[in-house]
Amino acid sequence: MIVIKNVSVTFNQGTVNENQALRDINLNVREGDFITIIGSNGAGKSTLFNLIAGTIPPTIGTIHANGRNITREPEYKRARYIRRIFQNPLLGTASNMSLEDNMMITYRKGFKWLKRSLTSKMKEYFRTELLQLKMGLEHRMKENLVMFSGGQRQALTLLMMVLSKPALIMLDEHTAALDPKNAEIVLELTDKFIKEYKLTSMMITHNMNHAIEYGNRLLMMDQGEIIFDVSGDEKKELTVEKLIEKFHELRHHGFENDRALLAE
Amino acid sequence: MIEGILVEGLIYGIMVLGVFITFRVLDFPDLTVDGSFPLGAALMVQGLLLGMNGWLALLIAFIGGVLAGVVTALIHNHLKVPNLLAGILTMTMLYSINIRILGNRANVPVLDQDTLLTDVSNRLSGIIPDEYILLLFFIVVAITIKLLIDLFFRTDLGMTIGAMGNNEQMIISQGINPKTLKTIGLGLSNGLVAVSGAFAAQYLGFADVGLGQGIIISGLASVMIGEFLIMKSNRIGVLTFCALAGSVLFHAVMYLGRYYGYIIKMTPSDLNLIKGLLIIILLILTQSRKLKMAAFRVRVVK
Repeated sequence: MIVIKNVSVTFNQGTVNENQALRDINLNVREGDFITIIGSNGAGKSTLFNLIAGTIPPTIGTIHANGRNITREPEYKRARYIRRIFQNPLLGTASNMSLEDNMMITYRKGFKWLKRSLTSKMKEYFRTELLQLKMGLEHRMKENLVMFSGGQRQALTLLMMVLSKPALIMLDEHTAALDPKNAEIVLELTDKFIKEYKLTSMMITHNMNHAIEYGNRLLMMDQGEIIFDVSGDEKKELTVEKLIEKFHELRHHGFENDRALLAE
Repeated sequence: MIEGILVEGLIYGIMVLGVFITFRVLDFPDLTVDGSFPLGAALMVQGLLLGMNGWLALLIAFIGGVLAGVVTALIHNHLKVPNLLAGILTMTMLYSINIRILGNRANVPVLDQDTLLTDVSNRLSGIIPDEYILLLFFIVVAITIKLLIDLFFRTDLGMTIGAMGNNEQMIISQGINPKTLKTIGLGLSNGLVAVSGAFAAQYLGFADVGLGQGIIISGLASVMIGEFLIMKSNRIGVLTFCALAGSVLFHAVMYLGRYYGYIIKMTPSDLNLIKGLLIIILLILTQSRKLKMAAFRVRVVK
């Protein structure tokens, strides 16, 4: 579905600060894939997401979506079928607006320029969808989002993303900024929604257990390269130890100085 | 005196609504205002002198203002010029354009000309006491514009513009081009400012290229007074009301400064200093109130 061909991204090309963030990446995201991505800081995980979302263009190489070349398509146009959730829970919603207004804006379907789509029928629909979150938000439709916790806002962003049924969703450590309890809730919701709505998804995580537990395919990145791409039964049999061993075997150096990667 | 303050406050209140849209809703400090205000005045006065219908001249003034805002938006969006600088560029260019519109003059009077205001006065004279006609007229005009803005910001487009001022990434993630929204917002805002300038010119009896000087500061001060006096809210109807009320209060202060300032040996040229100090004082007061609110919230949470 999304095919990345021979893509490299170099920042500050031709200067002393030249930094090759991605090196000759080839990746085919198949429909229905749930890919988890691990790798240490600076491995290029977020750059890969920025590249697919259209925030940054590739220095060389092409990106296709369903056979269409989207290499030069701006971010806001790609957002119509590729949606992402950021680590910062504040980026998905508007703080100074009410919950129902936020839901209307993020619902996207049937944007009517000078008409008001937020009718009582729409509110009722939003209220029933909010029940899925089991957070009691359906009683707080008129409250400003400033009053909501990061976990609630992230869950809301997730719900609204799912309702718009995008072709690909990208989760950039979307639970990392939440407390452990909320992180757990949001992650379980994510898994539930992805299965229920059969969404093609990619998820960056710093937690190896999560990377193994969730999804049907796992990518390991290091220094701008995808060094390990595993799916199917082979992925199911993975353990944290096996992953670390694999990394040693491939790179001849360990995950030292990156305890975050091994965090529970 | 009271009618004078109210009328002035409401005329400039239309401009304040425009400033409110850019500064507060769009989060785009737009200095085009200093140019689009006299632009509206110039277009209105020239329209009247050419014998145009008053309402048609007002419409042209509005469209002129919209175009000024669109130019600023285009400079900012496509040349990646920072928002402040983009506004200053348009404002500077408008100075020359305004003099051109006024027929290479800096000041054009409309004192013996029929204007929208004399027309309204003539029609209502005898029905309402003369001194209240203009007041009533501007109450109706300002409230109508306020309600139209309220309505606009409750539509899908308006809500999305509101969200962009809050969180631009969120709008990009919805598949909407923020450049388009900025262009619409800036156009609308400067259109209102030009309408305000058009009414001001008719009220004062002349159009002057210097009419817009420092108008952005007056607008900002009015917005801040309105916000300070009435507790924070996210209801657009309350916010636009605050902007209008802030404008009236600001003009009350300026009126006092102009007519009674001599008591403390103030001259009209001191007014700009007073405006600036007013903003600084309001900023300090808002800061301390925020700190108090934060302390209160911590206590409640504990």
